[in-house]
Amino acid sequence: MGPNGSGKSTLGNVIAGREGYQVTKGRVEYLGKDLLALEPEERACEGVFLAFQYPVEIPGVNNTYFLRAALNARRKYHGEAELDSVGFLKRVREKLEVLHIGDELLHRAVNEGFSGGEKKRNEIFQMAVLEPRLAILDETDSGLDIDALKTVAEGVNRLRSPDRSMVLVTHYQRLLDYIEPDHVHVLAGGRIVTSGGPGLARRLEEEGYAWLEDGGIAEVAEAS
Amino acid sequence: MSSNPTVERHLEGRYKHGFFTDIEADSLPPGLDEDVIAAISARKREPEWLLEWRLRAYRKFLKMTEPHWAHLEIEPIDLQAISYYSAPKSDKDKPQSLDEVDPKLLETYDKLGVPLHERARLAGVAVDAVFDSVSVGTTFKKELEKAGVIFCSFAEAVHDHPDLVRRYLGSVVPQHDNYFAALNSAVFSDGSFVYVPKGVRCPMELSTYFRINAAETGQFERTLVVADEGSYVSYLEGCTAPMRDENQLHAAVVELVALEGAEIKYSTVQNWYPGDENGKGGIYNFVTKRGDCRGDDSRISWTQVETGSAITWKYPSCVLSGDNSVGEFYSVALTHNHQQADTGTKMVHLGSNTRSTIISKGISAGHGQNAYRGLVKVGRKAENARNFTQCDSMLIGKRCGAHTFPYIEVQNPTAKVEHEATTSRIGEDQLFYCLQRGISEEDAVSMIVDGFCKQVFRELPMEFAVEAKALLEVSLEGAVG
Repeated sequence: MGPNGSGKSTLGNVIAGREGYQVTKGRVEYLGKDLLALEPEERACEGVFLAFQYPVEIPGVNNTYFLRAALNARRKYHGEAELDSVGFLKRVREKLEVLHIGDELLHRAVNEGFSGGEKKRNEIFQMAVLEPRLAILDETDSGLDIDALKTVAEGVNRLRSPDRSMVLVTHYQRLLDYIEPDHVHVLAGGRIVTSGGPGLARRLEEEGYAWLEDGGIAEVAEAS
Repeated sequence: MSSNPTVERHLEGRYKHGFFTDIEADSLPPGLDEDVIAAISARKREPEWLLEWRLRAYRKFLKMTEPHWAHLEIEPIDLQAISYYSAPKSDKDKPQSLDEVDPKLLETYDKLGVPLHERARLAGVAVDAVFDSVSVGTTFKKELEKAGVIFCSFAEAVHDHPDLVRRYLGSVVPQHDNYFAALNSAVFSDGSFVYVPKGVRCPMELSTYFRINAAETGQFERTLVVADEGSYVSYLEGCTAPMRDENQLHAAVVELVALEGAEIKYSTVQNWYPGDENGKGGIYNFVTKRGDCRGDDSRISWTQVETGSAITWKYPSCVLSGDNSVGEFYSVALTHNHQQADTGTKMVHLGSNTRSTIISKGISAGHGQNAYRGLVKVGRKAENARNFTQCDSMLIGKRCGAHTFPYIEVQNPTAKVEHEATTSRIGEDQLFYCLQRGISEEDAVSMIVDGFCKQVFRELPMEFAVEAKALLEVSLEGAVG
């Protein structure tokens, strides 16, 4: 969590390897590997997944086709055989069932004409199929009505597992009404300024960021 | 992805059809005058009326000037430096069947993937292959004959079906239509002829494969497709040429005539040599294609995938003369390196309740320049005419250009004309989204482009759609960065 401009999305983008960011200091070690030395697609194949704040539309490219290409790229990277369409569809249907998502997503082009809620659900669905080791969900709750929020939260809860780390980037407690976090970290000015349990999020909701004894943070919070 | 080196890498795909077949050719010396035209006509043992037709066209041509209204930069063309007739020598004793065709020629087609022999049978495609200026072999003739379909080289049609040729030749594209059409009318050497009789649904896809082989020759083929009342035919056309440093001129004319209730589907995959990455060489593709929905309830559909040629100048058009007739134009045009394309269509609504659809997808990469130019014209008597135009451009990299020139002329107040246009860049966002899912940059680009073209590809016959997709991938190698 953290006020606008505190670096939450930046952190996600840097980890995923988006262009336009320069790492001036520090390193990112991930499962014993230097993550920053890898290309974005290699990071993805190593199990890093970024659920986008604004999922991108790719007109004319079928969602199923896209996902299969993604999954097979990953399998190829790990020296595994590619899944044929039968095997792939089986897997996809399993995931849809677990997430209680209808299969209409499968027939449409990637995010094309999707509502905000559908886009976010599609991100969760992709995450389920790709089974990442580290998932960063960048403001997945933003712009969602309460029903969509519940679906997304439910999806996240079902995908929680000891083999998977998840980082939720959010402004609001309301997502955390449905997802109980293990840890809450507050980011400000590009640094983690405080950490705690679920109670920390509730306090932030009630009191804002101003109570944190850092003048800089308070200013940023007000400005936003 | 902010800098371009990766894009460049993709784009440097090699032209795969750039081989040359060493065959003895019977060519006319370069130059153009009435003697040359008479010589072409004589070589083809043409009847007097056709020679006169050519000469009339030539005289009109002499009064015309090269058009320069298109958004193209064209080096001057020296028409006197071109040879207007080149035929593989064995043509002197014209092969009677495929077995007599020079094996080297067949090998050439083999390399191109033209299924002239058994592969054709399996694929169910009848191929009329035009090599430089003559047609070398028409497959499936017998089977088509059974259905009453005439599918042969233009030269054969002149001899065997002179009445049909005389009735329809020049009836859609008049000799003086434009500079290049006039030139073609004077010097055309061969091409294909199709006639589908009343009520016949042509039992297979018809296909012509053009290839320019000899150096310093132009290819001026002439295609005429006539679909009689209530008939249907689907016609495919593919084109390649060897790599050469000089520019070569290709000025074809295609005429389609659909009588009452007839339907013609005409698909083109054009992959003429585009020139090298510095813009040296390549084909000048100046083509006039037009269909006339002459009868009521007729339909003509053009689908084209244009990835080749240094310069493309073509506007496959429909004249919707018959009431309730339908014209369609689906196009993908890709320009890369220094390629230029000015392409589009004309939909001329004359009959009432006529409808037309235009879907144009332009992709520009490298220094490529891509222009859509389209005219929708609704005549005074065309009650309730409808047009829908969608014109999308995609830019890859930062040095290419996309241009749209829509013209709309409406003379009847009941007309409804819609025009939608978009321009997008293959976004860093789209690309990053794919990368983040583990998909390589190259795969991501071809996936995004393929999705962009989907509306057009699905209009192509299956095998052609696969070829078109593969062609686009090759043409785009190295296009993103």
